[in-house]
Amino acid sequence: MNALADFADALRAVQPMLPTDLQAWNGSAVQTRFNVYRNNRMVSLVAALADGFPVVAQLVGQDFFAALARAFVQAHPPSSPVLVQWGDAFADFVHTFMAGLPPDAQLPYLADVARLERARVWAYHAADAVPLPAARLAAALQPPHDLPRLRFTLQPGLGVLASCHPVVTLWQAHQTDGDIHLPDGATLPGEAALVLRQGDGITSEVVVIPVPAACAHFVAGLQAGLPLADAVAAASQDTPLDLPAALGLLIQHQAFVDCTP
Amino acid sequence: MDQAPATVTGLVGVGFKPTHLPAILSGSQAGPGLGFFEVHAENYMVPGGPFLAHLDALRRDHALSIHGVGLSIGGEGPLDGAHLQRLQSLLARFEPRWFSEHLAWSSHGGEYFNDLLPLPYHAGTLNRVCEHIDELQHRLRRQVLLENPSSYVEFVSSTFSEAEFLAAVVRRTGCGLLLDVNNAHVSAVNHGGDALAFINALPAQAVGEIHLAGHAVDQDAAGAPLLIDDHGSPVDEAVWALYRRAVARVGVVPTLIERDNNLPAFEVLRAEALAAGACMAEVLASEVCAA
Repeated sequence: MNALADFADALRAVQPMLPTDLQAWNGSAVQTRFNVYRNNRMVSLVAALADGFPVVAQLVGQDFFAALARAFVQAHPPSSPVLVQWGDAFADFVHTFMAGLPPDAQLPYLADVARLERARVWAYHAADAVPLPAARLAAALQPPHDLPRLRFTLQPGLGVLASCHPVVTLWQAHQTDGDIHLPDGATLPGEAALVLRQGDGITSEVVVIPVPAACAHFVAGLQAGLPLADAVAAASQDTPLDLPAALGLLIQHQAFVDCTP
Repeated sequence: MDQAPATVTGLVGVGFKPTHLPAILSGSQAGPGLGFFEVHAENYMVPGGPFLAHLDALRRDHALSIHGVGLSIGGEGPLDGAHLQRLQSLLARFEPRWFSEHLAWSSHGGEYFNDLLPLPYHAGTLNRVCEHIDELQHRLRRQVLLENPSSYVEFVSSTFSEAEFLAAVVRRTGCGLLLDVNNAHVSAVNHGGDALAFINALPAQAVGEIHLAGHAVDQDAAGAPLLIDDHGSPVDEAVWALYRRAVARVGVVPTLIERDNNLPAFEVLRAEALAAGACMAEVLASEVCAA
């Protein structure tokens, strides 16, 4: 076994172990020194997850979050030094991890809160795109264009989330300092949201916009490249879509970047 | 120590933190400002958004130093081609005055460990590190500054001292050095060495930047001090003393205050950077007097 492979194995090991080829100048036990690296790796990765999922961390508390994050690091260690790319698998991991707990400890909404927070990270770092000028949009919506066949390109970082849990309410409850009133997740209806970056440059910020479930499905359909009429039909299967309201919301938040007849 | 004389203004900087941007852009600081800011390359390898806008804003009035922490130059495998491409794009867009990386590894077998890990110093690792730096400098079409690491263990298989190894890398690749004086102190204490002897053994003309930072104090299994390079406190007095000796040897070199934990207000870091500028001015003045 070569030195670095051995070192890497010992970093990953759940129980402390010592790679070969190490020494200390004073003959002291090398494990204490090697543990500095084990600790640096785990503490920094747990901190990176806590940065990306602050509300999940608040919902479960620091100690439980650290245990959850350590288990995630073991199961899904980062592959890229660009750490912001690491974490897409976290929500599914949270779902599976929590499902293994006793029923009253499962927090069934936790995985969707993680999905919302991950969508916020993607929206924050998404490519910059110029919103579709209002005049171009207005012209596209007039005859002679075939309105049902219009296809839209949306802001690159736009996230769509539809949950059977009150994720937006839960998330918003953790955006203020001071006493947090936790709504009883079991008694509130499910919620959907759009997540997107607003504004330009250093002052731009990510907003979470609560929407009806049909609107979320409609936007997901447009994102998938469906023509307008097909996106409306797909979104109206369970509850009716308020199309003027949905289009108005997307225009208001400058979510369109292009449209093609 | 509040204001650095004009001779060294512009040669001191601090590690940039987004929470400090309003203070930096408000221009409220009196007297000479900072010459440059340094950022970790990997935090800016994103498609768009506010982070890139922060760098655009900083660049208007300051030089930029981009500091890589993830290329794994000391690693066993080939350099990560996708990561090299990202570095190339980032440097092309922001045109930093300096680019630096570490004599360390951080990835192995497709996994990223998020720490700067040590390597043995022998002929085999020297060849590998030199190949990686040759490739990096060729791809980036610029000189790279290589930073001396802080470390907690040594390898039985090492046949070079760290200073000998760094000197050999400089000789063979033409890279420069980023002398981290805190790392030199941390490693010397952790391995029963002499930090000043380490600095004196480096090729002085290759040093293109200096880092200063704080460390934490722990103990090894025998009760000997084990210093932890945590960037969580002001620069230690022993490191300042070593810095004066380093400047006396390598001359006036752009100097950066690094702080990643227990982050204070921007003004506190700026004052530390200006203290480094004053140090350089003092050393220069005493040399002029002696001459």
